[in-house]
Amino acid sequence: MHEWALAEAVIATATQIAEKEGLKQVTEVTVKIGELQQVEREIFRFALMQLKPASFKNVKFHITTAKTTLKCRVCGNTWLFKKNKLDKATAEAIHFVPEVAHVYIKCLKCGSPDFEIAEGRGVWLESIKGAK
Amino acid sequence: MADPRTSVINDRLKRIGRIVAVSSGKGGVGKSMVATTLALTLAKKGCRTGLFDLDFTSPSTHIILGAKYAQPREEKGLIPPMVEGLKYMSLVYYSGDNAAPLRGADTSNALIELLAVTLWGDLDYLVIDMPPGIGDAVLDLIRLVRRIEFLIVTTSSQLAFETVKKLVALLQDLKVPIVGIVENMKMTESKNVRQQTEKLGLKFLAEIPYDAKIESAIGDTEKLLDTALARKVKEIAQKV
Repeated sequence: MHEWALAEAVIATATQIAEKEGLKQVTEVTVKIGELQQVEREIFRFALMQLKPASFKNVKFHITTAKTTLKCRVCGNTWLFKKNKLDKATAEAIHFVPEVAHVYIKCLKCGSPDFEIAEGRGVWLESIKGAK
Repeated sequence: MADPRTSVINDRLKRIGRIVAVSSGKGGVGKSMVATTLALTLAKKGCRTGLFDLDFTSPSTHIILGAKYAQPREEKGLIPPMVEGLKYMSLVYYSGDNAAPLRGADTSNALIELLAVTLWGDLDYLVIDMPPGIGDAVLDLIRLVRRIEFLIVTTSSQLAFETVKKLVALLQDLKVPIVGIVENMKMTESKNVRQQTEKLGLKFLAEIPYDAKIESAIGDTEKLLDTALARKVKEIAQKV
């Protein structure tokens, strides 16, 4: 249920942006979730629905998933993160703090932990739409 | 478009009385020991206190506390476990005893993540053990935590104090409150650090004598609170 805390952050940010842009009703919110954080989509969606304020009454939440691309800073190798290659405890640690991937994952080519999470880290608010 | 995490950070910290980042200009000055002892002392006084280890690449407060089996509870966020009377949070819950080779951007991201999802609840004090120097953690806390205050630890060495001056200049420039300066591991009668602190317009909080016995108190908080260091930290706790 740590998804709840992330959903709170999305609602807080979307509310701030809506206020700034003068949107009286928010109709669409698009959120991108990076695979690395392994957010449970249904729990996350449920939390968003529970937490939405009155100005989000008719909102549609679009939740897209981004594949996680890791890029080695030493040899330049690029590879995709695969959750099923991790044991349960490791996957859970990365779920809570995605940066601990550097503790448990190494470059598939040269073995270095010095890689960049080039894409697909965690939760990102992509866009919001609404009526003024 | 936007990283949603930063917008909830001050909300997560709103039920905390004071947030004190224990910092230093350079490493090896006993900052973690002072931070941990300060948190334990405040808790002993009856204050609801949290300790947050932000020294991600070289965490040590869990060793000082002897925190072995604690884990945060997951309930609409992460609830830090009670360790030795403190609500205690550290990256070691997730990194274990392994090396955490994090670059600046990773440190920033991990810090933002933990600030955004940790539910501290009601606290009188949150003591933060910072990494040394003026790095990402210092800049992120200044940027993200509205009510942050800094307590600076140094040794008597001019080398340490020169780096403190730079940290102080940055904080004063940005109008970030500084609680004061602590001179740790003092081995001479010199008043140099006290005088230089006063010259900077800051409060000199305490001088803590070098104590060879402190090493044997690591992992045993009862022993730690019975050291000369703890007696001096008690004075600091009165002033904080």
